[in-house]
Amino acid sequence: MTHPLFRRLLRAGLVLGAFSLCFGVVAGARAQTELLNVSYDPTRELYRDINAAFIAEWNAKNAKKITTIRQSHGGSGAQARTVIDGLNADVLTLALAGDIDAVAERSKKLPLDWQKRLPNNSSPYTSTIVFLVRKGNPKAIKDWGDLVKPGVQIITPNPKTSGGARWNYLAAWAYAEKAFNKDDAKIRDYIGKLLANVPVLDTGARGATTTFTQRGIGDVFLSWENEAFLALKEFGADKFDIVVPSLSILAEPPVAVVDGNVDAKGTRAEAQAYLDFLYTPKAQAIIAKNFYRPRHPENADPKDIANFPKVELVTIDGAFGGWAKAQPTHFGDGGTFDQLYKPAR
Amino acid sequence: MSDAALPLKTNDLATRRDDRRVRGESVAVQILLIGLSLAFLLLFLLLPLITVFVEAGARGWEAYKAAIFEPDAVAAIRLTLLVAAVAVPFNIVVGIAAAWAIAKFEFRGKNLLISLIDLPFSVSPVISGLVFVLLFGAQGYFGAWLKAHDVQIIFALPGLILATVFVTFPFVARELIPHMQSLGSADEEAALTLGASPWRTFFSITLPNVKWSLFYGVLLCNARAMGEFGAVAVVSGKIRGLTNTMPLHVEILYNEYMGAAAFAVASLLAGLALVTLALKTLLEWRFGDAIAASRRH
Repeated sequence: MTHPLFRRLLRAGLVLGAFSLCFGVVAGARAQTELLNVSYDPTRELYRDINAAFIAEWNAKNAKKITTIRQSHGGSGAQARTVIDGLNADVLTLALAGDIDAVAERSKKLPLDWQKRLPNNSSPYTSTIVFLVRKGNPKAIKDWGDLVKPGVQIITPNPKTSGGARWNYLAAWAYAEKAFNKDDAKIRDYIGKLLANVPVLDTGARGATTTFTQRGIGDVFLSWENEAFLALKEFGADKFDIVVPSLSILAEPPVAVVDGNVDAKGTRAEAQAYLDFLYTPKAQAIIAKNFYRPRHPENADPKDIANFPKVELVTIDGAFGGWAKAQPTHFGDGGTFDQLYKPAR
Repeated sequence: MSDAALPLKTNDLATRRDDRRVRGESVAVQILLIGLSLAFLLLFLLLPLITVFVEAGARGWEAYKAAIFEPDAVAAIRLTLLVAAVAVPFNIVVGIAAAWAIAKFEFRGKNLLISLIDLPFSVSPVISGLVFVLLFGAQGYFGAWLKAHDVQIIFALPGLILATVFVTFPFVARELIPHMQSLGSADEEAALTLGASPWRTFFSITLPNVKWSLFYGVLLCNARAMGEFGAVAVVSGKIRGLTNTMPLHVEILYNEYMGAAAFAVASLLAGLALVTLALKTLLEWRFGDAIAASRRH
């Protein structure tokens, strides 16, 4: 009684399997103009708004329509790694130039001087690093110097995988250089003490944000300015305060077309237009609304611009000789991070 | 009448007391043990499950529906079903073949084969995913060839299926091997002697004999195929609406401060686990005798 049933079941399973495999292949082969934007963690909300605005504008002017712009988010370094391993990104919008450099070097899908192709170091928006603390600032954290006090728990992601964390690290380094008058031993001592106050290193900025905001771990969160504002918006200004340190770093998250991929897919025009769109007044206003500092503040709503505090900013080129130098010195194998970070036992 | 009943009762009591003395446990210890295991079940199994459903419904039915029918969520659900629909039948066929070979034949390297089948259980899922990246990634061993022939495996559907097949492979075979071994090959030999073809023997004798173990294996295999996170996360590329499976989508939603939506999708996965459990229990309850009989066989 049962064996014909079983035979039927088995056959049905096989047919279903074969059918779905064909379906998958066919679905994959169907030609559509889709772009894939591989980005870093905190830009989820920003690009959701940008994509909608860009698709509307492009489709109004062009016969070849864009149906979707796909998004992929993660720690900036980890995302670069997946593109090197073959993720078919049309554009990269990562946290720092060093990660796109890595893609250019290893995958050879874009030229090494990619950063010269768009205005403002290919960074249509900037941000900086600020402190997010619990309401009322119970540990009285005012500046970088307060972070190394005993008993202060700092949340920052892992600089090996997260772009934001690398900006955090360099901002702290820049502060120490100024505070200790370039005394190398004192700088290293300061950074070592700071890292010793970090109980957990998440892989990406967003993971670190949830660690601090939702899991309630830590006294101070070294955060992208945009990510700190977003946390205030999501959880209410009665939970956290933003503390602006005396000195921080100008973070330039760059964007680039991945030539090798767009030429293979025939999406170069769309990808190029997508990145150019980021510099237009419309996009600059969206950028400011999402708490990133626009390159052209005159195009944004003055109310959004008023959010951004004035702070002394060092640049990666001025203080560290660019990413090509800072990356191996601080974050490469055996770099200063490896020398100074001793995980708690 | 009452005279006869009384000694019987005291007798009964005496044996019960003996029982307890033999086991050496006082009532207090029994209560403590039962209480402990109940508390454990409540704390580690029931409470999280309830939390999932409570959080999912926290913003009301409309929000729940919106989270489930959001295009990226629908794509994730469809992808998860598709991956399971390919991976599970594949593992059924290969699992039966492997179990059959191991249970019915003697050959060199049999123990090695059994260990190999268990390998996916002992390897961390992250490694399982990375292996495929190293093989089929752009910088991997077959990367250049795949690129030249315009075949995308990693960060696309084939990669997701491969990783899922790898992680869920042992379930069917693991259920079948001990059962088939205990059955021996007497039935098959009889069928063959009576002139049945090997295929007929397989479909009329071998398969019906192990049908309950097979069903168990398929249930477990399916549950894992739909719930797998680690291996799939490595090969997915996390493209929303394209290579994002349900478990990955849950993480993404949570990271986007959409807790209620994350738990709404998570409740579907939890629901799947409950259905699996219910099916398993129903089978045991309804066909308990048949299962026991076929196992004793």
